[in-house]
Amino acid sequence: MNLLRQLLHRRQIYSDLAEEIQQHFAEKVEALIAEGMSCQDAEYAAKREFGNIARIEESGHEPWMWPRAESILSDIRFALRKLRHSPVFALTAILTLAVGIGANVVTFSVLNGILLRPLNVPHPKNLQQIGDHESYPDYRDYQDRNQSFNGMLAYRLETIGISIDKSVSTNWGIAASGNYFDVLGLQPALGRFFHASDEHGLGSAPYIVVSYDFWQRRLAASPHVIGKIVLLNQHPFTVIGVAARNFHGIDYFFWPDYWIPAVNAQQVTGWDDFDWRGHREFTVLGRLKPGITTQQAAQNMGAIARQLAKQYPDDEGLTLTVHKPGPAGNSNDPTKKAVLGMTLLAVLVLLAACANLAGIFAARAADRSTELAIRLAIGSSRWAVARQLLTEAVLISLIGGIVGTLVARLLLGALSHWQLYDMPTHFLIAPDLRVYFVAIVLSIASGIVFALLPARQVWSTDVVQAIKSSYVSAGSFRRFAVRDALLLTQVAVCTLLVSTALVAVRGMVQRLRAPLGITPQGVTLAQVDLQVAGVPDTQSRIVQQRLLDTAAAIPGVTATATSDNVPFLGASGWAVYSWDTTQLVPAHAAFSAISYSVAPGYFKVAGTRLLYGRDFAPDDKPGAPTVAIVNETFARLLFGTTNAVGKRFKLFDPVKLEIIGVVEDGKYTDPGEPPIPAIFIAYAQGIGPYMVSSPITVLVRSPLPQDQITSALHSALSQVVSTAPITVLPWNDAIDRSMMPARTAAVVLGVMGLMAALLAVTGIFGMASYSVSKRMKEQGIRIALGAQRFQVMRSTLSRPILILLSGSCLGLIGGVLVASLLAHLISSPSSHDPLVLAGVVLTMMLLGIIATWIPARRTLVIDTARLLRDS
Amino acid sequence: MAPTSKPDQRDLFRGALEMMILQSLRRQPMHGYALVQHIKQRSNDLLQVEEGSLYPALQRMLRDRLVKAQWETSASNRRVRTYRITPAGIRHLEREVSSFEQMLKGINLVLSPAES
Repeated sequence: MNLLRQLLHRRQIYSDLAEEIQQHFAEKVEALIAEGMSCQDAEYAAKREFGNIARIEESGHEPWMWPRAESILSDIRFALRKLRHSPVFALTAILTLAVGIGANVVTFSVLNGILLRPLNVPHPKNLQQIGDHESYPDYRDYQDRNQSFNGMLAYRLETIGISIDKSVSTNWGIAASGNYFDVLGLQPALGRFFHASDEHGLGSAPYIVVSYDFWQRRLAASPHVIGKIVLLNQHPFTVIGVAARNFHGIDYFFWPDYWIPAVNAQQVTGWDDFDWRGHREFTVLGRLKPGITTQQAAQNMGAIARQLAKQYPDDEGLTLTVHKPGPAGNSNDPTKKAVLGMTLLAVLVLLAACANLAGIFAARAADRSTELAIRLAIGSSRWAVARQLLTEAVLISLIGGIVGTLVARLLLGALSHWQLYDMPTHFLIAPDLRVYFVAIVLSIASGIVFALLPARQVWSTDVVQAIKSSYVSAGSFRRFAVRDALLLTQVAVCTLLVSTALVAVRGMVQRLRAPLGITPQGVTLAQVDLQVAGVPDTQSRIVQQRLLDTAAAIPGVTATATSDNVPFLGASGWAVYSWDTTQLVPAHAAFSAISYSVAPGYFKVAGTRLLYGRDFAPDDKPGAPTVAIVNETFARLLFGTTNAVGKRFKLFDPVKLEIIGVVEDGKYTDPGEPPIPAIFIAYAQGIGPYMVSSPITVLVRSPLPQDQITSALHSALSQVVSTAPITVLPWNDAIDRSMMPARTAAVVLGVMGLMAALLAVTGIFGMASYSVSKRMKEQGIRIALGAQRFQVMRSTLSRPILILLSGSCLGLIGGVLVASLLAHLISSPSSHDPLVLAGVVLTMMLLGIIATWIPARRTLVIDTARLLRDS
Repeated sequence: MAPTSKPDQRDLFRGALEMMILQSLRRQPMHGYALVQHIKQRSNDLLQVEEGSLYPALQRMLRDRLVKAQWETSASNRRVRTYRITPAGIRHLEREVSSFEQMLKGINLVLSPAES
């Protein structure tokens, strides 16, 4: 109430005060005249005694103000006015910061989304992951034997064809232990979840819980879906519930469409991983008991692992860790490493931006030195002037921060829509409150950081000197040292960024050029899942043959073949055992190899060279000796020689294979991967009891235009298999898609490198041109005394170039370190590549020399006489 | 502070200035210039109140309602702003003076040569 009244009457109060002081002054003058002074003398004497009238008034205002708030407000108003007067400066500064802060918001959002955000379940803190990949029988033993966890759940990802009212789609979801939802502590949005009590042995719980998204998308958000029968790979399941809208499973990127009990997974997928101890496919999570630490739990689980290892051959060598779920808990996670690397780089970009701005601000404060000195001279306190500069800096950085955050939001929005294959992936990296908080803190902190130098300058201003002449005269050496250090930092940081960017881009180029071991051009893929289509194993060979014949009959098709998966579109693998191994348990496996189950002629269509031996023939059928073709890496790893024709190995108990051919190495899931062993098996023979029937990919080579062959293939094959969706796409598209993460990383790094280079150039340019203009007088005198232009040039250039050289060296060392951090993501085998390093040094030197040379040229055209006269 | 010609002149602490202003106003209402003169005379020219301290102090007391101000015409036919002490001002003055006297007594005891 009082405050309000004050606010309303303040104008009156102030004008009263002003008048009052004026009257006081007049009275004083009159009194002095009365003492016998002349009119003018009296006025001077009164002024001397009075001091600064405006300041008296101002301090008279203070009792009526909220001092801090209002002086800051007026500082802001003044800063805005100042910035409006130099829009180019303001724009440069704001853009520089927008880049720096934007980069940080993006990387921090990713960091936040991937590493910091807790799982969206009640009490996420005491939810811990046990081991990495575990088998279901082991999981049940962990659950029975442990004393550390209140509840333990297990789940694995499944892809299943779901048919609802005759329309079929392939969906990704989760097969989970019955207690999954209870351990997580969740409630359904509709219907009920399944529980441990629903399970009564294998195949006893044909229930499905769908995600909220799936319910809306495929079930029209109907409240009557509970009790509805849907077909999973043609097996009837009952819809019992819909998960809450904000529950998307407990994997960080993967949003499942449905959950089914693990006891029923085998019925759907045909894999008996439910009771096979050697088949480690499950993720196990547990709720820590209150008071139990992670270490205690880890000890407990480690002991259980040792027991199991003694008890079951399949568990030989089993070890268990307890850690946070997701990438955060895995110290070797490549995503985590890459994200941390990126964050580091983004911080460095901001650092470079700050160093840059500190330079610009210092130069600006020096240019304004006369104005600042006058303000000090007429009685402004140093703190007020410094505060003014600080306000200006923080204002700029806040605006820059806002712009940067907005741009980052757009970028993040685009990133979070990126999809890996047909998996329902979502990157929950949209900025949340925490991100905005960090953005604000970063903005203000960087504003303060780059205003410190000019503020220091104000503090040490010698008012008289500053008004009298240009600013450099007094104590210039120390100030130059600070500025040199700034430039050094900037050059070092920028070199680091540029070298990292170059390493990344070079890695990307190498990756694009890496031999894939296939010739994807002109090959179109058509993939269909026979399990989804409900084709029984016994029929699958017939269907496969029919698909092959139908594709071959399409006019314009020159060659066809089939495989279960093909490189860059799906993958499965087996543990490989040498021929002498008798106990085929995971601990004794030689290595695991990626496997493809192909029809004769596959290598011809795929464009993979056969190095030794022969291709599969129609005679390689059931009953004939089981044969395999392997790649070079496989042959080298298992036999130490590439010509392994005639040698033998085992996969699991009944599967013994003889090698009939060796093909060239290739890339199978990612163009940047290291050499991976691969096995090719005759589709007609299957693998032991498994027909490996699930997906069938028809490869078609044809010179026809892409859209023509795509539609012809789709319509022809739909005639053969009508109960499952068929995906048709050019092989190159599949490869492109798998290149996406590497490409994104390379682009991001490239952009950061470019920004760094830009920052470096502007920073060096600014510094150089500033020091040139400040030394103009000195150089003029030198020229007047007879110095050669060349000597002058040398003295101007030597210092920046020295800084440039030492900064580049420092940055290079850092760059090599960071590049090795990022090597996982960009997988360049040669981060210490001399070509890259030479390129970086050359680039930085070139940029630096250009940036110094342009202002330095000005010393060459000094008009000595005029310069000396002017100053 | 404005540069002083008298090197031995000390700054008055805020409470002292307020007490003197309130005491002066309690005697009789007056305006700013008169206050300066009054304090100067009463202190035998020992104390010189600077305008730079006087007006902020008056404004503070106005805000705290220890005094109130009114525009009037002086005897010399000048428009002046006359300050009067309020009952709250009197109470404040008495409180301050008594605590000041306590302090002064203490300081005196400490400063006086020890009597044995």
